Amino acid sequence: MNNHDDLFATQADTDARADTDTLARLHRTLERAAEEEGLLDVAYRTVDSPVGTLLLAATPRGLVRVAYDVEGHDRVLDTLATRLSPRVLRAPRRLDAVARELEEYFSGRRRSFDLPLDLSLSKGFRLLVQQHLPSIGYAQTRSYRQVAELVGNPKAVRAVGTACATNPLPVVLPCHRVLRADGSPGGYAGGPAAKTTLLNLEAAA
Amino acid sequence: MSIKQPFEKVVEEHGRTVLRVCRALLAAPDADDAWSETFLSALRAYRELPETANVEAWLVTIAHRKAIDVLRSRQRQPVPVEELTEGRTEAPTTLGVPGADDGLWQAVRALPDRQRQAVAYHYVAGLPYAEIARILGGTTDAARRAAADGIRNLRRNYPGGGPA
Repeated sequence: MNNHDDLFATQADTDARADTDTLARLHRTLERAAEEEGLLDVAYRTVDSPVGTLLLAATPRGLVRVAYDVEGHDRVLDTLATRLSPRVLRAPRRLDAVARELEEYFSGRRRSFDLPLDLSLSKGFRLLVQQHLPSIGYAQTRSYRQVAELVGNPKAVRAVGTACATNPLPVVLPCHRVLRADGSPGGYAGGPAAKTTLLNLEAAA
Repeated sequence: MSIKQPFEKVVEEHGRTVLRVCRALLAAPDADDAWSETFLSALRAYRELPETANVEAWLVTIAHRKAIDVLRSRQRQPVPVEELTEGRTEAPTTLGVPGADDGLWQAVRALPDRQRQAVAYHYVAGLPYAEIARILGGTTDAARRAAADGIRNLRRNYPGGGPA
């Protein structure tokens, strides 16, 4: 393209490592400033867990999305940018409490979550079902039909399945406690193995 | 409804280049401040950015304005007296610190404004001269000449530059 790039390429190599540190520091400054100025529409981070790396995302109102690795974290973030706001930043601090409660849950020390939630990704019947999920207690299970009855629409068994499958807050809203009538796990956003892991974890605790 | 990528991706993809542009324009820590101001402004305006926009050119345009703001505020502010008193006069040495060789950026910063900006936006940010002319005002040819003059000066004044 031009014959003066050598000048700048050498300097770029010299800078590379120091730049990485500087950029990490500047990113943290940006996270703080964005939060203070009310520009952080969606903050996110990831946490490791027995069911793989989880993506956690929160709006100023509360936790808005928990996503499994198999859902593709980049794709989930793209969806959040489109559906909520493109002002999405990796900013762990807003998710400190979420990360702490999840860690307690996965180590068997927590049986329910006490977090502000933002359910703006759901609406209608799905929202209704998802809001009822926490009423299924720790280590208990219900069938899709029982949940349909619980929300006062006993015929909507299939719709309950869809509501569980589109749960934006798996683990926190315990759709993993909803099983097929024959007791087999049924589908799950994190894959059947993740569903079984969570059920076993709760049964053992 | 927008199909814009998450802003984090913008920081990931362009943060390093914008930092180098800021360094070519300003000494640290002013360069760091300009970077922060640039990305905060960009975040504020991001929802309104047309989807077809060239994001890097947009960021460099913001950085250009922020660098000018920083320079102006420096010129307005007299140096605080305490900074002239003992112990505060010398910047900490960067000798032997890996990656602290700021030599080329120092030489770029010593160039006249137009040359410095044209060199930074073309050789550091990789913007075409037409885009640089839009940022600086003036013609594409003038931007090209400013960058060429800048490079000639750099080759002459920067020890590592050597003859082309």
